[in-house]
Amino acid sequence: MRSIVCIKRVPDTETRVRIAADGVSLDPSGVKYVLNPYDEIALEEAIRLKEEAGEGSVTALCLGPKEAAEQLRTALAMGADDAVLLAGEPSHDGLVTAKALAAEIEGREFDLLLFGKQAVDDDNMQVPAMVAELLDLPCATVVVGLEVSGRHVTARREVEGGHETVEFDLPGVVAAQKGLNEPRYPSLKGIMSAKRKPLEEKEAAAVESSLELVSLSEPPAPEAGEIVGEGADAVPELVRKLREEAKVL
Amino acid sequence: MARVLAVAEARGGALRGVSREVVTAARTLASELGGGVDALVLGPPGIAEAAGELAGHGADRIFVGESDAYGAYAPDAELRAAADLQGREGYDAVVLAASAQGKDLAPRLAVRLGRPLATDVTAIEVQNGHVVVVRPEYAGKALARLRFTAAPAVLSIRPNVFLPEERPGAGAVETLAVDPEPVRARVQPVEGGERGALDVAEATIVVSGGRGMGGPENWHLLEELGDALGDGVALGASRAVVDAGWRPHEEQVGQTGKVVTPDLYFAIGISGAIQHLAGMRTAKVIVAVNKDPEAPIFDVADFGIVGDLFEVLPRLTEEIRKVREG
Repeated sequence: MRSIVCIKRVPDTETRVRIAADGVSLDPSGVKYVLNPYDEIALEEAIRLKEEAGEGSVTALCLGPKEAAEQLRTALAMGADDAVLLAGEPSHDGLVTAKALAAEIEGREFDLLLFGKQAVDDDNMQVPAMVAELLDLPCATVVVGLEVSGRHVTARREVEGGHETVEFDLPGVVAAQKGLNEPRYPSLKGIMSAKRKPLEEKEAAAVESSLELVSLSEPPAPEAGEIVGEGADAVPELVRKLREEAKVL
Repeated sequence: MARVLAVAEARGGALRGVSREVVTAARTLASELGGGVDALVLGPPGIAEAAGELAGHGADRIFVGESDAYGAYAPDAELRAAADLQGREGYDAVVLAASAQGKDLAPRLAVRLGRPLATDVTAIEVQNGHVVVVRPEYAGKALARLRFTAAPAVLSIRPNVFLPEERPGAGAVETLAVDPEPVRARVQPVEGGERGALDVAEATIVVSGGRGMGGPENWHLLEELGDALGDGVALGASRAVVDAGWRPHEEQVGQTGKVVTPDLYFAIGISGAIQHLAGMRTAKVIVAVNKDPEAPIFDVADFGIVGDLFEVLPRLTEEIRKVREG
C-alpha cells in the first residue's frame, strides 16, 4: 500500500488568537505550532495500512513555510518513509492550496491519498475533496472507519445523527476524522531514524486566486453574564429568566 | 439578470431542514444582486412534492432529479446536475449547506466550476457587485472577511445561522434528467445514530456535559434534562469527556469537535477550556452550571448557577418539565 499523506503546520488549539497589525494574518508571537491533529490521524492510518500490508510506503507532503519541516520530521518519526515540503505560504483560498498539492501529486504513483478532515487554523475543510476532484479520484470525507480489501475501499463517514458508507476502488482520497484511530506518539527510535529519512524541499506551484481576504478580525468579546445564584435553590429563578427574559423556553 | 442557485438536500425521501436555510440565504443574496433563486434537489421518487415547499422560502424554480439511486447521497450525480445547471443558467452564486453532504460536495463543485469556495459562511453581503462573506476561522476565535472577485461565488452556509424565512417565490417544479451513472464512489443510505437524526451541530438546544459529570454512568441526568426540554435537543460533550471515552466523539463540541450555534446551550460540569469555548460561544443563550465560581465558562455564560450539579440538574429537569407541561 503506497500512501501520500498531506499535512499542515497549524497553531496549537490552545492558542489565544491575536490578529497582526496587517489585519489579515495571525500575530505569530508566542504561538506554538503543531502538526494539525486530524493529519496525525491520517498519518496513523497510512502507517497502519502499510504495516498490515507488510509492504508499501508512506510519503508525507506539506505545503507551508520552511519551518514546517519540523512537522514533516514529526511525520517521519511517526513512521512515514519520506517527506516533501512545498515551500510557500498556505492560502486562505483552499483552491490555491489544492492546485499546488495536486500539481505535486499528479505523476506520483500511489494507492491512497490521505488528509485530515480539516486544518484547525482556517477550518476550510475543502482541500481534500478539491484535490480529489482535480485528480478525478473518488473521495470519502470525515471518515471514522476504513477497510481496504485488495483494491476495494469501504469508508464509514460521519453525517448528522449517523453514518454513511462510501465504497470505491483505489486509487482514491480519504479525509480522516477523530475516531478513525488513536495516533501513535513517535518512539525515541522513530525520532532518531527520522533524522536520516529523506526530506525534499521545493517551491510550491504559483496559483492565482479569485478570493480576496479583506480582513481578519477578532469576534466581539462575549458580554459577561450573570450568576443567578448558588445551588438547586437558584433553579426556579434561572428557569424564569430563560422563559421571560431570554424567551428560549 | 443575476441568479443564485441553492443546492438543497434530501435524506430518506424528505427534504433536510437545512435546505430551507440554504434557500433563505440564496434569496437574501439574490435580492441584493437584483435577481432570482433556483433550487436543485436530488432524491428518491416523490421528492418533487416535498421540494415544492422551497417555493415558500423564495425559490422561483425548483429543479428536481428523481431516481431510486438518490435515496442516498449521490455525489457524482449531484456534481453533474449542478455543473450542468451552471453551464446552462450561468449563476452568479451557488449556495450549499455546510452540512455533512454540503461539506463533501461543495469543494468538488467549486473545482468543477473553476472557482474558489468559502465554507461555513455566517454572513453574506454584496459590495460593488462582488459577493463578500464572513466566515469563522480558528473555530470562531477569528472572523475572516472574503471577497469573491469572479463569478460564480461558491459558498456553504453554517446551519442555524440563516434562519428560514417565509418569502413566497414562484416555485415552479421542473424535472431535471440526471443520470445516476457513472459513479466514482457509491454511497449507502445513512444508518441512524443512537438518538435519531438530530446532530449536535444542527440542534436548537444542546445539553453538554463535562468532566464534572463524574462518569458516563451519570449521563442519564443530561438525557432527562434533554427529554424535558422537548424536540430539537442534542447531547454534547467536552473534549475531556470524549478523550476519556465517556461519550462518542460525534458529540464533541469545540475546536477539534463541532462548532454549534443553538438557541440554548447548557454547559454542565464544563470548566470552559479555550478550545471548548471556541465551539459554543456563538450559541444565542448559554447556561452554565459549575461548582467552581472561577470557571472560565462563566465568562461566556448568560446565566450561571454555582453549585453541585448533582443537586442542580434534577431540580432543573423538574422545573423545566413543569414549565413545558404548564
